[in-house]
Amino acid sequence: MSKMETTLPALSPDGDRMIVNMGPSHNSTHGTLHIVLELDGEFIVKATPQIGYLHRGVEKLGENLTYQQFIPLTDRLNYCSSLMNNVGYTLAVEKLLGIQDPPRSRVLRVLCSELARIGDHLVCIGINAVDIGAFTAFLYMFKERETIYDLFEMMAGQRLHSSFTRIGGLFRDIPAEFEPLCGQFVESCERTIDEMERLLTHNPIWADRTKGVGAISAEDAIGWGYTGPCLRAAGVAQDLRVAQPYLDYETYEFDVAIAGSGDVYDRYLVRTEEMRQSLRIVRQCLKRLKEIGPGPVIVEDYKVALPPKEKVYTRMESLIHHFKLIMHGIDMPVGEVYSATEAANGELGFYIVSDGTKSPYRIHVRPPCFPIFSSFEEQVKGRLIADAISVLGAMNIIAGEMDR
Amino acid sequence: MAGINLDDSVMTTRLDAVVNWARKNSLWPLPFGTACCAIEFMSMMASRYDFSRFGAEALRFSPRQSDMLMVLGTITNKQAPILRQIYAQMAEPKWVLSVGVCASSGGMYRTYSTLQGIDRVVPVDVYVPGCPPRPEAMIYGAMQLQAKITKETIKGRREHIEKFYESMARQEELQKARGLSSHQVVREMVLAAGENGEQRIW
Amino acid sequence: MVIERIDETLPGAVLDRHAFRGDQTIVVGRDRLLEVIDLIYKEGFQLLLDVTAVDGGQRDPRFDVVYHLLNLTSQERLRIKVRVGERESVPSLVSRFKSADWAERETMDMFGIPFEGHPDPRRLLMWEDFPGHPLRKDFPLDGGDVFCSQDIGASFSPDARSPHV
Repeated sequence: MSKMETTLPALSPDGDRMIVNMGPSHNSTHGTLHIVLELDGEFIVKATPQIGYLHRGVEKLGENLTYQQFIPLTDRLNYCSSLMNNVGYTLAVEKLLGIQDPPRSRVLRVLCSELARIGDHLVCIGINAVDIGAFTAFLYMFKERETIYDLFEMMAGQRLHSSFTRIGGLFRDIPAEFEPLCGQFVESCERTIDEMERLLTHNPIWADRTKGVGAISAEDAIGWGYTGPCLRAAGVAQDLRVAQPYLDYETYEFDVAIAGSGDVYDRYLVRTEEMRQSLRIVRQCLKRLKEIGPGPVIVEDYKVALPPKEKVYTRMESLIHHFKLIMHGIDMPVGEVYSATEAANGELGFYIVSDGTKSPYRIHVRPPCFPIFSSFEEQVKGRLIADAISVLGAMNIIAGEMDR
Repeated sequence: MAGINLDDSVMTTRLDAVVNWARKNSLWPLPFGTACCAIEFMSMMASRYDFSRFGAEALRFSPRQSDMLMVLGTITNKQAPILRQIYAQMAEPKWVLSVGVCASSGGMYRTYSTLQGIDRVVPVDVYVPGCPPRPEAMIYGAMQLQAKITKETIKGRREHIEKFYESMARQEELQKARGLSSHQVVREMVLAAGENGEQRIW
Repeated sequence: MVIERIDETLPGAVLDRHAFRGDQTIVVGRDRLLEVIDLIYKEGFQLLLDVTAVDGGQRDPRFDVVYHLLNLTSQERLRIKVRVGERESVPSLVSRFKSADWAERETMDMFGIPFEGHPDPRRLLMWEDFPGHPLRKDFPLDGGDVFCSQDIGASFSPDARSPHV
């Protein structure tokens, strides 16, 4: 034993550094990113993230598409909670136009946003746990996510990329079977979250791997441009649903979850609590839908939204509206707007510059995880390489929205 | 020895058939998940769809240990050389499943940064359309691949990918000669192939 | 409100201002940008959400560099624009906001606007030897790729169709 030790070469004073490439194909990078880690033994000395491996040119493409045509592209930004991006984008265009969607559509938008938020958090926590080595929770949680997919499929006809919203409202109303299944989902999801908490919250291994890892102070978090659950985990109660309410969020009852230290464990707790609060909002939405009763889900302004198909086929005027809207697009005012919504990862902003033509002059997406990921090096410096995995999972990096 | 009846214990078949039977039922996928399709892939592996029923439950994230490369999502021009590298590193025999329209043809991203179909840079065996394809569609794609493997010859499979290694050598040569990054070299090779009316660089 | 205070403290810094749909925008000269940023940081605008740019095409000066800031206490938003011409640089905000680091690198990558004093001026999204800056108006959407144009059919490798025997 001692003989072995003497034959080993002594470490040079500056340390023998090892370079480890994490990614671009790595099982814990959801999407594609590349991190060059410089290791001293098992400790990270330097971490250089490189992104752009999923840069698909969405912003440039948006300049060549009409406002309506951009909606499917927003789905593919944060593909864990596609519907929320649809809502964020249409709200931005509606702000530019200065219109508001009908009340029933507003409730439905809140409903599907909150379902998407639950789905996003389920994936984020589930995969974070899988990466750390706890596989069981993922299977329980994915069962609920499949129900969310079913609900979305009922709503919009697609599981993942629903493109459910339209400028001025929604693509269509929900079918009759939606509400019973959604009611069931709310009950069973509540139980699943309890189960997940039993598997993780007091699990000593989970605590060892997450507590104190990636801790960040409130000032630093603001400096790095954090928003969403990561900022709230650091103790800043910033939630756009409360601070700058949109879609009548001020009329719903829910609490903003905050924690103190900003570490991976706190981010997990904040996300868990947010799922419970989202379930609360979903319940209120279901109640409200019954109160409002049937009604239009899209504005009846045929200069903005397509007229119903029956009218297009039977009335000349509607046919002209349809043709004008498809060929020439919406008459947009000249100006620029920035509209932000509270997406699952944080503030999802759309900056649209309009020159009055049918396609935007410039469209820019402010993705929530882009600034969060830029702080990666500071989060993992001096820590074990294993911690890099848990930090990465808790940041919930979605390459689609980060690289655009 | 004369008294032993071998009828019950010996079976004659072609080598190809028995090897292919073994190959198709023990595919080890390498999920090269880049975008949205990777999320649907999670569904495919999770409780409801359970891909392990097809003998492909051993996910390996190392190219050395897998033989079915599942390309899940958009491959950008920046990603293209990495995909080629991963494919080159895989042990033979190897198959490629291109999942989703982005991987198959560039899909809705007809832009400067997206590779217009991964078959421009690596050989593809089965294309699964959809944006993203449902887990059922992915499973069907994998079953199509199994059907394809049944009909293959061992030699044919080996010869099929030889051209790819030649293009890898050409890429390295160009990289050295012109001092460019691998991203730029692959991009230029793809552009040049397009100018010449070719569909692919391998 | 904050714009009035900027006008009081730093007269002449705000070149132009407008509000559209409630979005407050000020245009600041690039030599006065850091002063204005320092002032509004003290006023509470501590979250720099985003840095991006807009290419004006033929306009002179060509680019608008756009900063979006949020005041966490009062929940006010402010958009600051700096007009720069081709090959003119903008002072980097990395010393004030850490979140400016990547956002400025992205803007530099996509528009080719240099940020003066940036600690790590490399491209962010595209690779280092990528020719051109994609989000400029004169950069073609397809980037010169014939596969993007309409007349090229869908791609498939013939081998994929029939199993090779």
